[in-house]
Amino acid sequence: MRQRLVRFVFLFCVILTVGIATAQSSELRFCLRSEPKTLNPVLVADDASETVRYLTGGLLMRLNRLTQQLEPELATSWKVSENGKTISFKLRQNVRFSDGTQFSPEDVAYTMQQLMDPALHSPTGDSFRSGEGKVITQVAGKNQIALTFPAPVVGLDKLFDQVAVMSAKSPKKEMAVLGPYYVAENKAGSHLLLKRNPNYWKHDAAGRQLPYIDSVRLDIQQNRDLEMLRLVRGEIDFINSLDAEYYDKLAAQAANMATDAGVSLDSEQIWFNQVASSPIPGYKKAWFMSTNFRRAISESINREDLARVAFRGHARPAVSWVSPANKFWFNDKLQPHSFDQKSALTLLKQDGFHMQDGVLHDRDGHLVEFSVITNAGNKYRERMATMIQQDLAGLGIRLNVVTLDFPSLIERISRSFDYEACLLGLVNNDLDPNSQMNVWLSSAENHQWNPSQKTPATGWEAEIDALMRTQASTLEMKKRKQAIDRVQEIVWQQEPFIYLLNKNAMSAVSTALHNAHPVVLRPQVYWNIDQLTLGTEVARNR
Amino acid sequence: MKWARIAAVGFLVLVSTACLLAQFIAPGSYAHQFRDVPDAAPSRQHPLGTDDIGRDRLSRLLYGTRVSLLLAPAAALLSSLLAALIGGTAGFVGGWVERWVMAATDLFLSLPWLFLLITVRALLPLNVSPFTSVAITFALLGCLGWAAAARVICADARTLCSSDFVLQARASGNGGVRLLCRHLLPNLKPVLYAQFWISIPVFILTEANLGILGLGVSEPLPSWGSLLRELESFTAFSAQPWQFVPLILLVVVVSCFHLALQKQELSA
Repeated sequence: MRQRLVRFVFLFCVILTVGIATAQSSELRFCLRSEPKTLNPVLVADDASETVRYLTGGLLMRLNRLTQQLEPELATSWKVSENGKTISFKLRQNVRFSDGTQFSPEDVAYTMQQLMDPALHSPTGDSFRSGEGKVITQVAGKNQIALTFPAPVVGLDKLFDQVAVMSAKSPKKEMAVLGPYYVAENKAGSHLLLKRNPNYWKHDAAGRQLPYIDSVRLDIQQNRDLEMLRLVRGEIDFINSLDAEYYDKLAAQAANMATDAGVSLDSEQIWFNQVASSPIPGYKKAWFMSTNFRRAISESINREDLARVAFRGHARPAVSWVSPANKFWFNDKLQPHSFDQKSALTLLKQDGFHMQDGVLHDRDGHLVEFSVITNAGNKYRERMATMIQQDLAGLGIRLNVVTLDFPSLIERISRSFDYEACLLGLVNNDLDPNSQMNVWLSSAENHQWNPSQKTPATGWEAEIDALMRTQASTLEMKKRKQAIDRVQEIVWQQEPFIYLLNKNAMSAVSTALHNAHPVVLRPQVYWNIDQLTLGTEVARNR
Repeated sequence: MKWARIAAVGFLVLVSTACLLAQFIAPGSYAHQFRDVPDAAPSRQHPLGTDDIGRDRLSRLLYGTRVSLLLAPAAALLSSLLAALIGGTAGFVGGWVERWVMAATDLFLSLPWLFLLITVRALLPLNVSPFTSVAITFALLGCLGWAAAARVICADARTLCSSDFVLQARASGNGGVRLLCRHLLPNLKPVLYAQFWISIPVFILTEANLGILGLGVSEPLPSWGSLLRELESFTAFSAQPWQFVPLILLVVVVSCFHLALQKQELSA
């Protein structure tokens, strides 16, 4: 009897201890919209994998999402050579991977070798490929390493914000990490559980090891309604990115949870097909190639209304291809094109357009009618297209809105060129405008209005080519800024892309989560993951 | 049930009249955007409120009902006629004809027709007016929606062919065409009616689904399908019960058609 009693008391104590421990451990929960395609940091190409890399990866330096400045992490200092080919790092000492393996310069060399391995096709590595040849690594002592690239790399230091250092020696390969968390559990289609890295090098001012939160649970949840319900019920702690409609719904229910960080880097734009070989009538090509016509269309679109109605006020009229959210590169001398249908009509008259029974005709008597394609299912773009339809009707222009499934749309804008105008958006993650070389060079495939040109079709495209090459070949920030400012001016004047809006970055954060300061750059909410605390953690600290 | 039938007919007349006189009844144009009051609640100016870009919901409902009430039954009629022709012939002739026709029907049913429709839409010219686009959409639905109904009609026709009264008619010397017109088709009427009425809401909902995929009615023309799409964003967070009016109207109109035609079906 006594033995049974002892056993019972022992069991009770064990349950109590486990219970207390569980109650004290803090867990941050949020949702991923899809399963991560890879846990290997050099192969990351999707949002979910990027999230895991951000939470687990240890970087040499990291871009502070609030200040938009680089800050030292595993590299205590770095220096880029004058020719822009070499970067030297001084590394932090006495740092260990999550499995206890020592961090050394060889790990940086190994990571670089993995990134540049042509067999791996690393999307992160692509940004470093400036020319033919191999990357030379020079390890100097215990804590110094220099990487030399075959050709100058523009914005070289900032590219390391995407590079998670991997262990060269650990048997756990890419699962050994230097970031605040490591992947402890991965249940396909259900969730990932990340646990605090016991060897994480960072400490707070009081000397306490970071991160504050013990674990992070990432639930795979595609349904946004359910995600929102779970947030309101307190089952998850934040939603990293909200669209305007969900933001308003949440703000109506729990205003203290909804956060609008302001204008983001993403833009929405419309452009006309200017491909010479496209199967559209010649007179329409002539309209689309006319600067006056494009500017007239631009001036007859009420961007303020688009922002206020289509995006519920959570967007801002766009100026050019660099968003005002990009503090350094934005040309603040430019203003969005104003809504002025009188001025638009004057511009059209200069090209021989005239009104006849309330309908616009060109100089040869053709009725001005064209179609705009956009991707089906995107209600914001459908709304914008319908609103533009009404705006252009004010000028006597008939606009047909056609929504297509995405593959058909891509086929039309990139292969058959069988379209007249297209309304799409650009999701931009990179602050450095050099990342958009593949859009602005006239020879580029993504030069959407007239891609893959052998020689620039217009004088202003030739000027953009020259300016983009200038900024890519110099490391002087002043010169680069001047070149990018001028490109923004040309785009503002010529409007090959008619920029409509820059969307706001919106998030939802539970009141239980502390130290969260949502920003416009991705990842908006958890960019300072190692500083975040939960209500339970705050209580424990008191 | 007489009063129910009268009420149903009365309601259908009321809806049809309202649709036909939409330009006089509607508070505004179905396309005009009152951009100062998007997503507004019902008011005297906008009895059913406004949609997400400020268009008057009542006006859109009236014009949308006109489009759907005209074109969805037209598509249903087309598909029912095709089904009657194909299924009826197969069931009546029987033998290898029936086997081959039913095999072709099965093949047709197994086609991923949604993707077929998307492909067809991708091949269509882009500069078509909203009216043309809605006509194309419903014509495609009518042409592709016959297969399931043809199977039912074929089975029914086969059963009728082996029934006593058909045997007696054959014994009395009735030939193929007379047998088909006098004995089979009148007895197939209830099934055809049923298939017709079932097809209407199915086509309306299919058109709504196609809208999401890009093959629906082009903006700014409304249809029941495009109006029902508003319910996509209906969640517990946005309780706007007036958004359900198009759905309620769809259910009531289809029910009224059933009630109104019940007597004819029974007598058939």
